[in-house]
Amino acid sequence: MTTERLRQHLLEEVVIFESAVDGASGAESVSPRQAHRPQPPTGRSALTPETVSLQHRVEQFLFHQAELLDSGCWREYIDLFADEGIYWMPVKPDQTEWLDSPSIFIEDKSMMQIRMDRVMHPNAWSRAAAWGTSHVVGNVVVESQSAERISVRSRFHMLELRRDTLRHFAGTYRHTLVHAGDELRIGLQRVDLLNSQAVFDYVLQVWV
Amino acid sequence: MVPIAELVEPDRVHRSVYTDQAIFDREIASIFERVWVYCGHESQVRNPGDYHTLHIGRQPMIMVRALDGAIRVLYNRCPHRGVQLCANRSGNTGSAFVCSYHAWSFHLDGRIRGIPLPHGYDGTRLTPENPDCSMKSAARVDRYRGFVFASLAAEGESLLEFLGDARIAFDDMCDRSPVGEVEVVPVCHRVMQHSNWKFFMENQLDALHPSVTHQSTGVAAARVERAMKASGQTPPLHYHYLSTFASSFDQWDSVQTINFPRGHGILKGYMGLRPKDPDTQEYVAAMYRAYGAAQAEEFLGRSIHHVLVYPYLSVQSPLQQLRCLRPVAPNRTLSEIWHFRLKGVSPAIYRRSLWYFNLVNSPATMVNADDLENWAKAQWGLESDGGEWVSFHRNYGGDTVDHGIVYSNKGTSEAVMRNQFEAWKRYIGARPGPRESSAAA
Repeated sequence: MTTERLRQHLLEEVVIFESAVDGASGAESVSPRQAHRPQPPTGRSALTPETVSLQHRVEQFLFHQAELLDSGCWREYIDLFADEGIYWMPVKPDQTEWLDSPSIFIEDKSMMQIRMDRVMHPNAWSRAAAWGTSHVVGNVVVESQSAERISVRSRFHMLELRRDTLRHFAGTYRHTLVHAGDELRIGLQRVDLLNSQAVFDYVLQVWV
Repeated sequence: MVPIAELVEPDRVHRSVYTDQAIFDREIASIFERVWVYCGHESQVRNPGDYHTLHIGRQPMIMVRALDGAIRVLYNRCPHRGVQLCANRSGNTGSAFVCSYHAWSFHLDGRIRGIPLPHGYDGTRLTPENPDCSMKSAARVDRYRGFVFASLAAEGESLLEFLGDARIAFDDMCDRSPVGEVEVVPVCHRVMQHSNWKFFMENQLDALHPSVTHQSTGVAAARVERAMKASGQTPPLHYHYLSTFASSFDQWDSVQTINFPRGHGILKGYMGLRPKDPDTQEYVAAMYRAYGAAQAEEFLGRSIHHVLVYPYLSVQSPLQQLRCLRPVAPNRTLSEIWHFRLKGVSPAIYRRSLWYFNLVNSPATMVNADDLENWAKAQWGLESDGGEWVSFHRNYGGDTVDHGIVYSNKGTSEAVMRNQFEAWKRYIGARPGPRESSAAA
């Protein structure tokens, strides 16, 4: 008897050919969408033959800067900044200023000097542990250029070793480069960390 | 294993209080899931449906502004199958919580609002009146000067009794505003400490450590300050936040601690935060207008570096910063770092405390970098069999006790740790009563 009921049951089927409701169903039928999700951005600038040599020059500059960081050449790294240059890591990607909202880093060259002196001090205890970084910079796009400045956007990945632990950081660099004679200098470097609001397993001791 | 009643002696404690999983579990049950725990500031949830998620001990909670304007603290789970209801750290949930699994929905005070196809429950004991149908609420919720706390224990002392004299943390923060209020800066830095929560609490009032731990930063900042002065420049005030760490042992010994019952305490001020520039003069004038000269001077003249609300909060009230601990494991402690804005002051005054938040409390801090290193190394050491007892003998017997308050006399006295462990012993020794929680009414 039990098996006969089961057999009959299996022969019956309700087929939902199409949604019975117009529009909202499931949780949406109970309450409208819970979370705002931003729309993806639209297109960006294109590379043209005229910009190739500038592109090359800017890329070499960024690669050099990353190499100085990974080699611990702090003095040379700071020297890449113009006298009024600023290194800025905001907390949130939609942040537009640092005077009235918090930042992870907001450093002029004097503050960078303090940071450099700290990490080089023999009693910077946190520096006793084995430490190193490896940066890769890519997706370099010259967003605009004028006689005074060049705006560059790029992406970076950084692995940091501390003791036996690797940490992965990634995000966007936005460099505002200014001319100093034949050289380029950094007027402003903005660093948007992808994981800027995630839990930090340890702090950031030097610039990213 | 040393019996739990014998772990704490007046001048030393057994290392297992920092390392043992069973003791940690007992701390969670007897302390963190019973005392009043900080949830957030009311300005984090201004409008109905605004919520912020947090942990009380091991319990995931939601602080939410209900339709009637009240702030509720609810367990972040659907009573049906246990699914987390708010998956973000903060946001607005509209007029209801809706479960992502079977679309059970709840009013903002936690009461059941609707279940799809409700006739499926006809004749069962799961009626809408059954408390198992609604979100569970923290047993008690209260506020002090805009700061929201909850307790999972249905009975016990009131929030004001729990805070005791440490309520000065919130008074001092708010009193520095001409309108007596602060609002949250909507950023929370979170840093995982690889150490027991007690290291942080002890370190906060440990005046012997700064010139050792933070020497590199203090010296580096003082050097740049001197160079600027030598070239005729005036170093910004915020450089001073770092260079004071280079002070001598004797200077630190003169910075007193005041230790209250329940483990709370104060490290007195040492940074001299009243410069004479026009912005400060304008601010002081506004304070005089608001409170009168005598009252304003009392508010501005309080000597506080930070206030501890034991066992999990460090409030740097003169600079409107707050650090809150959420213990995760014997050797893991999450710290949540917040900043508040004084209402009714000029941007210049806000920027001063913002600099402190950026320089000292951000995840790129040049200060806590070395604290975190020390605490992790201390944790590893105490996990070893290289010794059994942790010494708190410094200036033992040299403190002044008056009306239950311990004045350290010497800034570097380990009165701080002795006082915290007095409170710890009382919490742990107390019989853990039933943890009742009322369902949303």
